[in-house]
Amino acid sequence: MTLSSPRVLLLWRVLVFMAALSPLVYWSTQVALQQAGPEPGKYLLLGFGLCALVILLLTLSLTPLSKLTRWKGFTLIRRQLGLWAFFYALLHLSSYLVFILGLDFSVLLQDIARRPYVIVGMLALVGLLVMALTSNRWAMRRLGKRWKPLHKVVYLVLALVLLHFFWVVRADMTDWAGYALAAVALMSLRLPAISTRLPSLGKRLGLR
Amino acid sequence: MLIRSRRPQDPTENDVTPEAMYRNRRWFMGAMGGLGLAAALPGTAWAKPPWKDVTPAEAPAWFAAMKENVAWDAVVPEDQSVDKTTPFKDATSYNNFFEFGTDKSDPANRAGQLTTEPWTVMIDGEVNNPGKLSLEALMTPSRLEERIYRLRCVEAWSMVIPWLGIPLADVIRRADPTGEARYVRFETLVRPEEMPGQQSRFNLIDWPYVEGLRLDEAMHPLAFLAVGNYGRVLPNQNGAPLRLVVPWKYGFKSIKSIVRISLVRDQPLNSWQKIASSEYGFYANVNPNVDHPRWSQATERRLPNSLFNPNRMDTRMFNGYEEVASLYSGMDLRKHF
Ligand code: HEM
Repeated sequence: MTLSSPRVLLLWRVLVFMAALSPLVYWSTQVALQQAGPEPGKYLLLGFGLCALVILLLTLSLTPLSKLTRWKGFTLIRRQLGLWAFFYALLHLSSYLVFILGLDFSVLLQDIARRPYVIVGMLALVGLLVMALTSNRWAMRRLGKRWKPLHKVVYLVLALVLLHFFWVVRADMTDWAGYALAAVALMSLRLPAISTRLPSLGKRLGLR
Repeated sequence: MLIRSRRPQDPTENDVTPEAMYRNRRWFMGAMGGLGLAAALPGTAWAKPPWKDVTPAEAPAWFAAMKENVAWDAVVPEDQSVDKTTPFKDATSYNNFFEFGTDKSDPANRAGQLTTEPWTVMIDGEVNNPGKLSLEALMTPSRLEERIYRLRCVEAWSMVIPWLGIPLADVIRRADPTGEARYVRFETLVRPEEMPGQQSRFNLIDWPYVEGLRLDEAMHPLAFLAVGNYGRVLPNQNGAPLRLVVPWKYGFKSIKSIVRISLVRDQPLNSWQKIASSEYGFYANVNPNVDHPRWSQATERRLPNSLFNPNRMDTRMFNGYEEVASLYSGMDLRKHF
């Protein structure tokens, strides 16, 4: 058995699936056990939002990682992770609509009209939705050459999410700065000057 | 006067609870609605049954002594079936106290190490009696009162909390402001080694946290200096050992862990206004008609809530404490938000 054997890769995908599901399980349990504080809806809202962002960043780390190592495992989970990011973003929006607004859509309309961070979040979610809808084989075949440029929208989504997050922060930028730094690092790994060197770097480090 | 006749045992000469309060309809209803009648008896052995599920705390001797003679329920919400007191656990685990971090749970997790004894408060500026006072010296000339106030956070959630403290006006009167004093400026402790939020390099707040009130606001009988809640000394995460409680303003005005009270001529620049003057003003009166750019202020979520019931209710002008309205007559509250 090697790291590239089908069994290992299947196990890997299952493990990634369970890992991605675990925040949802954990937070739901906390809420069920009344360990989520006096405002469980807000607890879930923030947790889901952060989780969506983290998974988005992880998704964007897969291409550099596979260049560095040539391990198939990383490309194999790309679609899965992208869909998880969308899933948590959807839970985030649902938390907002159900737990915070209590499905009072008039408030939502006001929020959309007046609050830039909500608009930006919406745009980011639309971007994720487009990618989620076109992530299946059928759409890939239909879109052909256009698929790749379409999925470059992920960079825009990342920027929008960071802006959304930035506008939500009130006083301490430390956390935000950490995520922004990670985003900048991942983006710079995509600069041709750097990305073309990743394979040889991987070789030198004994990773491929 | 009707009120007086119904409550013959009222300590109306008691300077701790100014008579003006009892003349006010709200105060009257509050006292009648709650247990105020028996509670207002000074010096009796009667004590209120303790609040439920409260973590006990060791109190300094002066606090224990003051607790022997508390004016219980000096102010309570007019309808306690609507404004139910928030459970102790929630009021002490969900806090905005950025000195300890920005997460709502940070203060509860990290404030335990704060040393609150000894504690001194600097009284300075335009006063005839400046000086550094121990907390004991600051508090003991007054009688401790319990007041159950609504607390409305600018983030559109709210709680109902029973505070123990004294009127801010008492302290200001004892400081004896000069004719030049127009505002009161408050400062929070700076002690990064015990306040991890102050160590953060990316925090926009320029410590110390500063708040302010106009002198007439500060002298209003509702403005309160708390040293306890739920019948005990303040838990650190609630602003121990001394905090302001101004119930008609958004929570951030109610500055915590106060080390300095200055009477000043010019309007102080409060910390949040300094960070984002388009979002936070000096007055910060609770006002359902003036939105914060990030949140609507028309409604609030009364905590604790549950997943499928956000417990939304309409926000009231001045958080329901309309008796302060006269402080702002003739002012455009959209401009002075
Ligand atoms: C669909 C539209 C969206 C809406 C209505 C929305 C709404 C919100 C709200 C209400 C908050 C909390 C603001 C507060 O602290 O008061 C928030 C925070 C946040 N949202 Fe969104 N959001 C949306 C989309 C997204 C998307 C697509 C992502 C990420 C992929 C995201 C990530 C975050 C993050 C990271 C935070 C900050 C969490 C924290 O402070 O710990 N949001 N969002």
